[in-house]
Amino acid sequence: MTDETLTGAAHHALPSAHSPGVAAAKARRWGAFYYMEHVLRVMKGYSWSLLMYSVGHPVAYLFAMGVGLATLVDAQGAGAFGGVGYVTFVAPALLVSAAVMTAANEFTFPVMGGFKWRRTYYGPHASPLTPQQIAAGHIMAVTLRFLLQSAIYFAAVALFGAAPGGWGWVAILVATLAALSFGLPLMAYSASITEDKGQFALVMRFIVMPLFLFSGTFFPLDTLPLAVRWIGWISPIWHGTELGRVFTYGYQEPPLLTVLHVLVLVGLAVAGWFLTRRQFALRMGR
Amino acid sequence: MHNEAILPSTARAGGRKTPRTVITAENLTKKYGDVAAVDAISFSVPAGESFGLLGPNGAGKSTTMKMIGGVTSRTSGSLEIMGLDPDVHGPEVRAHLGVLPQQDNLDEELRVRDNLLVYGRYFGLPMSYLKPKADELLEFAQLTDKAKSKVDALSGGMKRRLTIARSLINEPQILLLDEPTTGLDPQARHILWDRLFRLKEQGVTLILTTHYMDEAEQLCDRLIVVDKGRIMAEGSPAQLIRGHSTREVVELRFGSERNTTIAAELDGIGDRLEVLPDRVLIYAHDGESALEQVASRGLRPLTSLVRRSSLEDVFLRLTGRSLVD
Repeated sequence: MTDETLTGAAHHALPSAHSPGVAAAKARRWGAFYYMEHVLRVMKGYSWSLLMYSVGHPVAYLFAMGVGLATLVDAQGAGAFGGVGYVTFVAPALLVSAAVMTAANEFTFPVMGGFKWRRTYYGPHASPLTPQQIAAGHIMAVTLRFLLQSAIYFAAVALFGAAPGGWGWVAILVATLAALSFGLPLMAYSASITEDKGQFALVMRFIVMPLFLFSGTFFPLDTLPLAVRWIGWISPIWHGTELGRVFTYGYQEPPLLTVLHVLVLVGLAVAGWFLTRRQFALRMGR
Repeated sequence: MHNEAILPSTARAGGRKTPRTVITAENLTKKYGDVAAVDAISFSVPAGESFGLLGPNGAGKSTTMKMIGGVTSRTSGSLEIMGLDPDVHGPEVRAHLGVLPQQDNLDEELRVRDNLLVYGRYFGLPMSYLKPKADELLEFAQLTDKAKSKVDALSGGMKRRLTIARSLINEPQILLLDEPTTGLDPQARHILWDRLFRLKEQGVTLILTTHYMDEAEQLCDRLIVVDKGRIMAEGSPAQLIRGHSTREVVELRFGSERNTTIAAELDGIGDRLEVLPDRVLIYAHDGESALEQVASRGLRPLTSLVRRSSLEDVFLRLTGRSLVD
């Protein structure tokens, strides 16, 4: 150490922290963004694997469906899929499903871990941030991931020629909305769990998988018997997929149905948002 | 020598106007259902004091700390931190504090220095302040060479020091320390005590809970002894010992079989006798002469020890139980 440092002289140049009043005012206003920064910084630590997943997933699925399966399906004539090729039909469904599956990962173990294992919610809880801001910050960071992943996915869809017309990019937003409409109610549930008894494995097997298979993903919903068709009606994947199809290839459906898709998705997301905020406040304020 | 480094900026922060009393609690109560975890306790802490809550596990220490920390609401009574009610002005109260929680909650997926940076952002502090401050605090916590390590590569003592460094990122004038050294080995405890003592010297108000009497004696100017949510006694360590115990204590071990039966034969020696499962304690002003009396009655303990009274004895006297189970 130099003499300067020993006497502390070198450190006189250091600025001091702003007052607690300023800190509290800033936190009241921007607190959710501060926690979002934290989560993004953690994500940066494994950005390479996030990127590989975001690119690899659509390429593999679109190749299998668009080049493999589509060759057989399209040979039967395109009538069954509203006059478009199979890859065009299936691409928005894959895009939306991928976002929902990412939501199922991001809003389960990381949320429970924030309370129970890694306890990362309790650090900011002692700072000026509120539980509601911590929840919001986590959601915003994950939303950015949905947007980025869906944008990459959409680029792959466009490369496969499965998004004719100029409005296809809206499907990026649709996929993100669908992910939130499924993910936020799930997040509220994850925040309420105190013991891990394999609930999340059950969610994946008995909720996510059936939704993925029976939401008009690989075939139009109305080809299913009524006994299982209701799964599609309550499924964010179905509402998101149909909405996505409207934008990627101009799928024709009654306009009221399009409005309904938006209302269902927004409604689920908003309900999940409030439940999550409440659950965070309850659990941390104990 | 690194430690001087922290003095200037924190000392400057100390120049802010601070009320003479930083914490005031009156009949502070927290109930979970019908159970009162904290039962109508009252105390106040002047600025710059090192104030301790001493008591066994489950005494209500952590609950009290959470209420002071503005993360748990109270059931009744009043509480003010820097003149603010934490139930109303939670963010403002928390902006004044540095907190060392009982259980470390560092982000193990981030590197050591990044933990300080993200935490500082919670207070809206800009990176131009945070980057040099983080380096200064890492020096203070003797973790400079670990700045780029992942947190899970640190030892328990290092994690504790990093959590203390994190709690200082906003230059708080009040530091809440919930069982700061529980689970650390003796060497790590002494390093931590040294760091905390330096903060105390800089005028930071320390509020700490502990169930270690030596920790309370080392760090606290004044403390309250709490048990079952209530205050049993209050004062400086020396006052408490003077008021509730004798000057010296003789510890005798006769073997676990005989400790109880032999108590009758010790009757009349010293001021008071305490029979524990593993030893017999004789409270006396003059321990050596009490020990001579034991020998003169023909009793031969396996081991004997004369020592000064401690807070452990105070607690034993007040509650009839030991601090650490």
